[in-house]
Amino acid sequence: MIDRIMREIPRFFSASNVDFLIEAAGRTLLLSVAGCTIGFLLGLLLVVIRRTSHPALLPLRTLAIGYTEVFRRIPFLVILFLVLFAIQAVAPRASLFTIALIGVCIVSTAFLSEIIRAGFESVPRQQVDAAEVMNFSYLQILFLVVAPQAWRVILPPAFAFMVMFIKDTALASQMGVVELTFAGKVLSNKGFSATLTFGAILLAYFILSYPLTRLGRYLEHKLGSSRN
Amino acid sequence: MAHLEIDNLCASYGNTPVLKGISLDVEKSEVVSLIGPSGSGKSTLLRALVGVTKPTEGTVRIGETTVDYRSAASLRSVRDSMAIVFQQYNLFQNMTVMDNVTIAPIKIKKWNKAEVRKHAAELLERVGLSAKHNAYPDELSGGQQQRVAIARALCLRPQLLLLDEVTSALDPELVGEVLDTIRDLARDGMTMLIVSHEMGFVREVSSRIVMMDKGAVVEKGPPAQIFDAPEQERTRDFTARILSH
Repeated sequence: MIDRIMREIPRFFSASNVDFLIEAAGRTLLLSVAGCTIGFLLGLLLVVIRRTSHPALLPLRTLAIGYTEVFRRIPFLVILFLVLFAIQAVAPRASLFTIALIGVCIVSTAFLSEIIRAGFESVPRQQVDAAEVMNFSYLQILFLVVAPQAWRVILPPAFAFMVMFIKDTALASQMGVVELTFAGKVLSNKGFSATLTFGAILLAYFILSYPLTRLGRYLEHKLGSSRN
Repeated sequence: MAHLEIDNLCASYGNTPVLKGISLDVEKSEVVSLIGPSGSGKSTLLRALVGVTKPTEGTVRIGETTVDYRSAASLRSVRDSMAIVFQQYNLFQNMTVMDNVTIAPIKIKKWNKAEVRKHAAELLERVGLSAKHNAYPDELSGGQQQRVAIARALCLRPQLLLLDEVTSALDPELVGEVLDTIRDLARDGMTMLIVSHEMGFVREVSSRIVMMDKGAVVEKGPPAQIFDAPEQERTRDFTARILSH
């Protein structure tokens, strides 16, 4: 097997194959980064809605809670297919990549929202009371007092989720998006050794996720050594 | 005209009434202390005044204005005129001492930043913490944190200062430094409504004392009356028990 792999390596890393792999890695990266960034922002928005207390906003709160609870319970792949068929029904010309991007954002929003909510709730109620009696507005309480104390609690699970999430984007291959896993299948179908092909794919996933792990550790360390 | 006038104030936690028609008033520059056993509603009264616990009935008047705790604007204005210091200090853990003291005047009241910082520095000097401007709350002792909390409240230039058992969470040897700070404020004519279990201090610093029990006022009067010649049995019981240990 080693002989075969050694023989295939020059051909496997031909310019066209490398371009193909880089392009696929780019799609995986884009799905992950966009999924995490958009998911984080929308997740934060859901938490901002959930923490309100005005009676008039009850429908919005219910919607936010319902969203988080539902989409954390449906398998990722099922959501991708749901999104695929729903979008193709209304916009048949939408690109598979766009559809996959929407699908991953739906999932990451639900999970990151829950992580952010738990972090915000770890800040003692008295901190909010103190800010309230000094006339801080709802958003000022959230972003000047609660969030700065919550990041320490939020970051470790958020980064763990994001690293997992990079790998989960492989599911987009099931709907035909040519990301890393799909590229592996294509190359392996071309006749290259599966060990060589998926070994290369594994390495690519590692290269994509390792910097994120390091960034997570750096931030945890930085916030951990400052204030609680 | 009383500075603060509370009439028949009621509040409840869920279905449990905790304030059953409290009436009292505080004149300008007066120090009024609330005493009474745990669960008598003293802290709830202070929390109700600043709208952390919503009153269910009764009226609160500050100067000429009647407060409507259901109106956001009215709540804002009552919170503008009063500052409260909590038993657990509740300093913002993510901010330095200086930021804790100046954030509300600068960011919420939009006062001039340089003037606020100058005022804050004076207040911190007054409570003996000039050297701690850049310290974080978790680097300070309980007594120091509580003095920062008092400076934070004063930096808002309140017309009325509410102190909620500000020494109860402190080690005995740290109580003195906080009480000294409050004595100082009383001498300067700060209007205060105080909840405290430090009977010696209460007797010395208060112009009037309000004895509360089970969410109601039992007796009101000058310290000499409450401690030496109480009119009510309940007051006599309470002061006798508290002073005996």
